[in-house]
Amino acid sequence: MLRFALRRNLQIVPTVIVVALLIFVIFSVVPGSFAASLFADGKRAADPQMMARLTQELGLDKPLMERFVTYVTDLARFDLGTSFRTRQPVIDLINDRMWASLQLAIAAMVFAVLVGVPLGFLAALRPGSVLDTVTMIGAVSGLSMPQFWLGLLMMYVFALQLNWLPSFGYGDGSLQNLILPAVTLGVTPLALLARTTRAGVLDVLNADFIRTAHSKGMSEAKVVRWHVARNALVLIVTTVGLQFGSLIGQAVVIEKLFAWPGIGSLLVDSVAIRDIPVVQGTILVIVLWFLIINTAVDLIYAAIDPRIKQE
Amino acid sequence: MTAPLLDVRGLKVAARLGDRAHPILKEVSFQIMPGEAYGLVGESGSGKSVTSLAVMGLLKKPLRVAGGEILFKGQDLLQLSKREMRRLRGNRVAMIFQEPMTALNPLSTVGRQIAEMFVLHQGKGWDEAQRLAVDALASVRVPNPDRRARNFPHQMSGGLRQRVMIAMALACNPDLLIADEPTTALDVTVQAEVLRLIKELCAERGTAVLFISHDLGVIASTCQRVGVMYSGCLVEENETQALFGDPRHEYTRGLLGALPRLGSRSQHGRQRLVDIDSIISDRSKLTETRFIAPRAAEGGQP
Repeated sequence: MLRFALRRNLQIVPTVIVVALLIFVIFSVVPGSFAASLFADGKRAADPQMMARLTQELGLDKPLMERFVTYVTDLARFDLGTSFRTRQPVIDLINDRMWASLQLAIAAMVFAVLVGVPLGFLAALRPGSVLDTVTMIGAVSGLSMPQFWLGLLMMYVFALQLNWLPSFGYGDGSLQNLILPAVTLGVTPLALLARTTRAGVLDVLNADFIRTAHSKGMSEAKVVRWHVARNALVLIVTTVGLQFGSLIGQAVVIEKLFAWPGIGSLLVDSVAIRDIPVVQGTILVIVLWFLIINTAVDLIYAAIDPRIKQE
Repeated sequence: MTAPLLDVRGLKVAARLGDRAHPILKEVSFQIMPGEAYGLVGESGSGKSVTSLAVMGLLKKPLRVAGGEILFKGQDLLQLSKREMRRLRGNRVAMIFQEPMTALNPLSTVGRQIAEMFVLHQGKGWDEAQRLAVDALASVRVPNPDRRARNFPHQMSGGLRQRVMIAMALACNPDLLIADEPTTALDVTVQAEVLRLIKELCAERGTAVLFISHDLGVIASTCQRVGVMYSGCLVEENETQALFGDPRHEYTRGLLGALPRLGSRSQHGRQRLVDIDSIISDRSKLTETRFIAPRAAEGGQP
């Protein structure tokens, strides 16, 4: 198990290196430049002299290879560069936003798991029941509802009408401010989880070993506890992992709507003005997050299913 | 004459599809004496497995019992409550399934899966149940039972897994063991071992066996009496020797005739395999003869 964990963790390193290279290449060939976006006001073209000065100042006039070497050597020292716009180290900008993002993603996922998994489970145990029908209709609605609309609705009901929760902002980072954005963000993974859990449990219930369990004279409740739950967990963990990874990036809409200071809005804002170092840094962090979640999922798999360690 | 252990009387099973009920089993009746090995043969779809699942009370929708009685030690299983049936299932009547690969939970050690029997039916704690599970593995002659109990199903061969199933089924010393094609999925070499194991263990403990197979050879070597099933009916029943020596029903004759024989060859050095298609397609002939089964069986007894 330990060797499996170690090997799985070491696989992160080469992936990060490849991703870092890809990001660099992509952003050195995209059209548009920071200087242009800063000086152009939409009516006249930017003054070429000023643009040239800025480009030189930012070191963007150097050959691609040279910039690449600087980028990689800085990266090796965990230096993600300096923002073109604010002239602050990128790592500080990300650090300011990362924790709010994590908070939001974790809270949304906890909400989705706590509600979605039990609902899917119960629906599968009583297929065709009222609960099953209501859950599945709810899941489809949850999946198809635009997040910003749902967010506005939540704001209207819980903040404006009922006045229970603050409508937006990070506040002092208290739970109150977190609830509305987290619930809104959690609806999609919740719906997906309810559906996959239901499908997974139904699948397990049809397995031969469930018939064996019944033939032993086990009650329905014990069959579920002893034989269904663990087997259904594999699919649930997969879904949680996939959703968790994409939540940080997906959160942009929610971050904008609730004025949540997350990493998603930092990324989008930086792309708009071609603040390349921030874009590169942010994407790298999101990728790292994805890899960490993936590794965690693999390790959980191995803990659940003894067949995986065998390779 | 002793009372039969299992007395199935006029068992009817139907599949309900929409508002129509399609008959699957048509008045199947047979008896199994305590300690007796009884075989059910027949082709796929003849209703052998449905019969065994009905006895276990494990029929799944859309199948359900539409009539008849299943008397076990004089008690009609169809009248029992779910809870009473659970107490019996696994404990007094146990079952072995065809596919040892999929019949065991892949995420649970085999020791734990056997131990569940002791926890369920004998109220043992897990620690003691695990120890008993090791003994149960030893009793089906699994080498290194202590180590094997900690194995997961995927770490075992098909033969070993079927031994685990047998250990599990016999854990509570049931009165009746239902073995549904227990060796069909196994290698021929392992088949003989597993068959011998079932035969010996059941003889030792006085457990009656309901043996279900499409393999006449398997039935001939294990059972004292045989019932032949065809299209949801028990068409013939007799002592194994008598049935194989003097089949009365046309279908049985067809079934026996279809056995390839070693050494019997035509002039061209090839043996033509006989099929029984003509009998199956000729439905009218079957309707005439199918309900003579009980009488033929009685007549066949010495």
